[in-house]
Amino acid sequence: MEIIQIVGLGLIATILVLVLKDQKPLFAFLITSFTGVFIFLLVIGKIDAVITVINELATKSGIPDIYLKTVLKIIGIAYIAEFGAQMVRDAGQESIASKIEFAGKIFILVLAIPIINVIIETLLSLLPMGS
Amino acid sequence: MIKMDVTAIFQIAGVGIIIAIIHSVLKQMGKEDMAHWVTVMGFVVGLFMVIDLLGELFQEIKAIFLFQ
Repeated sequence: MEIIQIVGLGLIATILVLVLKDQKPLFAFLITSFTGVFIFLLVIGKIDAVITVINELATKSGIPDIYLKTVLKIIGIAYIAEFGAQMVRDAGQESIASKIEFAGKIFILVLAIPIINVIIETLLSLLPMGS
Repeated sequence: MIKMDVTAIFQIAGVGIIIAIIHSVLKQMGKEDMAHWVTVMGFVVGLFMVIDLLGELFQEIKAIFLFQ
């Protein structure tokens, strides 16, 4: 039951943040980000197992490797961007957080362009030509 | 390897509380600039702990999602 550990950790960290926030907001921010990173590290091992299974399935079904790699890269960028944006937002900088999210979206779009290209080419080949 | 690190949260909180006490004591003694330096030093100590863990997290994400 790791979820109980994580919930307990979150509660303790919240109490510590509440104690420190009035005196030293800097340290409250440090505790918040540390707890976030820590919980993420606890969970990322499980994500690894899931992705290994998905990888095996994709190899079995003969999907080209590049598609799955692109999807996983997109998920990774989304995780990192979301994480950074939330940390910055916790510190009260809403505008920087939205810029981080914007940058994440742009990178995801850049990664997705080859797939979009393939879809459009497939569609064009399906269209009846010369009618 | 990660399990032991939970104490770091308490370490950061402890450093914060102690720094707050030192800050108020130094302020009472009338040494405002000293108090601010103490705060900055404590923050740097805490920041090192957080940055270490953050680097580890980004390495893991890179290894799992980005195949590097």
